[in-house]
Amino acid sequence: MSSERSRKAERIRQIMATEGDSVERNARGFNEGRYESVARLEDYDAYKDRARAIKADAIERLPELIERVRETVEENGGTVYVAEDAADANRYVRELARERAAETVVKSKSMTTEEIDLNEALAAEGCDVWETDLGEFVLQVADEAPSHLVAPAIHQSRAEIAALFNEYFDPDTELETAEELTAFAREYLGERIEDADIGVTGANFVTADTGTMALVTSEGNARKTVAVPDTHVAVAGVEKIIPTFEDLQPFVELIARSGTGQDITSYVSLFSPPVSTPPVDFDDDGPIADDSADREFHLVLLDNGRMDMREDDQLRETLYCIRCGACSNSCANFQSVGGHAFGGETYSGGIATGWEAGVHGQESADEFNDLCTGCSRCVNQCPVKIDIPWINTVVRDRRNRGAEDGRLDFLVEGLTPDEEPAGMDLQKRFFGNFATLSKLGSATAPVSNWVADTLPSRLAMERVLGIDRRRDLPEFDRETFVEWFRNRDVPRPVDADYHAVVYPDLYTNYIRTDRGKATVRTLEALGVAVDVPDVASSGRAPLSQGMIATAEDHAREVSADLEPYLEAGYDVVAVEPSDLAMFRGEYERLLDERRYRALAERSYEVFEYIYGLLENGVDPAPLGHASDGDGAGSALAYHSHCQQRTLELEAYTTNVLERLGYDVLESDVECCGMAGSFGYKREYYDLSVDVGERLGEQFEAPDTADRTVVASGTSCLEQLDGLLARQPRHPISLVEPDGSE
Amino acid sequence: MQTQLEMFETNLGSVRTAVTRTSPAAFQETLADVVDEPAIGAPLPFEEVSLEGLDIVLEPTPDQLREAACGVTAAALGVADYGTVVLESTPDGTELAGLFPDRHVIVVRERDLVDDMAAAFERLGERFRTGDGDAVLATGPSATADMGELVYGVHGPRETHAVIVEDDAE
Ligand code: SF4
Repeated sequence: MSSERSRKAERIRQIMATEGDSVERNARGFNEGRYESVARLEDYDAYKDRARAIKADAIERLPELIERVRETVEENGGTVYVAEDAADANRYVRELARERAAETVVKSKSMTTEEIDLNEALAAEGCDVWETDLGEFVLQVADEAPSHLVAPAIHQSRAEIAALFNEYFDPDTELETAEELTAFAREYLGERIEDADIGVTGANFVTADTGTMALVTSEGNARKTVAVPDTHVAVAGVEKIIPTFEDLQPFVELIARSGTGQDITSYVSLFSPPVSTPPVDFDDDGPIADDSADREFHLVLLDNGRMDMREDDQLRETLYCIRCGACSNSCANFQSVGGHAFGGETYSGGIATGWEAGVHGQESADEFNDLCTGCSRCVNQCPVKIDIPWINTVVRDRRNRGAEDGRLDFLVEGLTPDEEPAGMDLQKRFFGNFATLSKLGSATAPVSNWVADTLPSRLAMERVLGIDRRRDLPEFDRETFVEWFRNRDVPRPVDADYHAVVYPDLYTNYIRTDRGKATVRTLEALGVAVDVPDVASSGRAPLSQGMIATAEDHAREVSADLEPYLEAGYDVVAVEPSDLAMFRGEYERLLDERRYRALAERSYEVFEYIYGLLENGVDPAPLGHASDGDGAGSALAYHSHCQQRTLELEAYTTNVLERLGYDVLESDVECCGMAGSFGYKREYYDLSVDVGERLGEQFEAPDTADRTVVASGTSCLEQLDGLLARQPRHPISLVEPDGSE
Repeated sequence: MQTQLEMFETNLGSVRTAVTRTSPAAFQETLADVVDEPAIGAPLPFEEVSLEGLDIVLEPTPDQLREAACGVTAAALGVADYGTVVLESTPDGTELAGLFPDRHVIVVRERDLVDDMAAAFERLGERFRTGDGDAVLATGPSATADMGELVYGVHGPRETHAVIVEDDAE
């Protein structure tokens, strides 16, 4: 186990060193472009809803739509073949190549043909196969796999491509600039296209009512691939079918914006083949238009596990994916390592887990599945609103269940009151049962803190559990937040307008009790009657390890613990954003509808709640103001929390702080890179530091370097603490009333 | 408020497409100014203007296709809010003439402008449903960022130029 961990750590380090810079520059460029481009699109949200509805409907009616496509394409004069799996699809295309005695085949970019390894199959038939998309061409020459759904050679820099081309093609004059490289590729591939006997494309969409395929490209290679040879083969997953031609419109508005941040790509080609353009025979010297050669068109619709995914309640949404790559570009971990670490046999990035599990089998997601930390930043970025982290959690859970029986289980027995199978990975189990650990750690503090921090115990934790010894461990408080509240002797306000439970999440209850206390004081100062009952932990920890059954247990307990309060008219105030995200998000999948609604509709993030009170006319005078000068100064650098941002809550904190006189500058990097247990794990420590550095840099820039750093999430605070010399604070510590107990 | 035509022009500009406005009467003269030679093209499916009589090969051979510096073709629609033109494929090789040469001159009539994609898809839907179905929504020149920087003119044209034929002011 431990050597496997170091191997993985080493591999990640190596990819970061060789490919990290290019990936980061490109992915972040696309991502920033996307924010700007979608901001320009009126009705962005309405388009997303429509796109999702179209996909949902199409997948629902898929068998019927496949038949419809068959009819329309055949009416147009083409042929449709539904291939069961990769071998079946390859056999069909090989036979075509054989019949046509094809020597040269040109292809435009298609992940689906990567999925089935069509190039190898055609090469085995003796065909010379050329990728005409420049990114794919680079990979073909370099003999590498794509590292991004949309920009397959995202990990290569211009200098690397130049070196590669100069070595491989040995041109008369050395190629250097992007212009020269492009001109060379254009020329070289132009000749291949002229010679081609068959053109192969994918399809971004296929419309059932007109038999039209849409190809979204910028280079023009797809158009040439279709126009020049007289035989066109399109290979598309069955999920690419949408019902009507008009359904294309929202996708045309969304796909490029989501992917690379362009409003639209140079070309969106709509073909209902066979196309009316005359094929070009470059050996002939009569006018092209006179060439009466018949065009042939074949549409290969690929199943390869998709129809099973359709039956799978948890994986089904993967089929809504339009492969735009937005989830990858917005993923902090992907920005550091790219698809060669964060991908499986074919697909890469967040949604790749679903794709790989569906088309290549669950184990193909093993290597990279952990890299999704569940931060949820991708969720709002997906144009079809797929809950990508949930799909990752499900695949993780299924892999846990399929794991072999472990030998080290006795070590954590007692620490693992969970619902998971015996063989589950020890490290995952350890982090998944963080609630029990915290209870124990707190009860034995300060001894537990001291023991945990000795070198021998750090070494043991590293060896057995894979907890990186470079990471500071949380320190448990002896008196929990709940106990503090119980022992306190403060009269409850009578006739309060508001009643709230401050939710004692694990961190607030055992480790960062100060922020719990500050929350209580703040709310009381605003006239809220507060209670802090002993409530179960949210289940975030087990969920992020893929322990769904255990998380479900927690959810039920939380709901039962809070039910009397909700019935008595209390609101629930959460300090830890990831717990609020559970209540509003994942609990929908873990609880029945009634229980979910009861809790979700009445829970608030602490600053959202304070904001609400102020908006309702509560006087903020008793709170701490910037001018009070408790050492923080009035200039703040604020890092919201990833899940808080997904829920669009960060503005409440900023707003409240500003009302109290603070000058707030917000971070705009995607994530701090910690995401709970992630940064503790030995195999991911370096990656978490690399991701964190983007945030670190932002907070060390000249205009932020003197600001007091504040962050909402525990993991962000821990990460920032490790990155910066300044100690970060939770924003509640700035607004709690002065002269506190 | 910009007119539809002005919006189309502004957006063509922002997708690196040069624009010249002309009237049916001045069309041939305007075109002669913006065409590089050797030029190829496909007959325009319009009543008011034509390419006949200009120095443009309308039935190119493969060699002429390969050697042409400029291609002139018609656009069926212009989409104002994107600066997009809709190019159709025809048996006389419109698609090829707009794709192979370095410079693509697109002839679009003012009367064929629509406001947005929704309107464009409505029009196209009617056409595709009657079985007449190939079109390229083209926005600016061919481009790639795959070689480490943004480069224009990859497999398709490096330069695009729209000639807008204004409606006759009757
Ligand atoms: S999951 Fe969503 S964001 Fe990711 S590639 Fe698919 S459509 Fe795009």
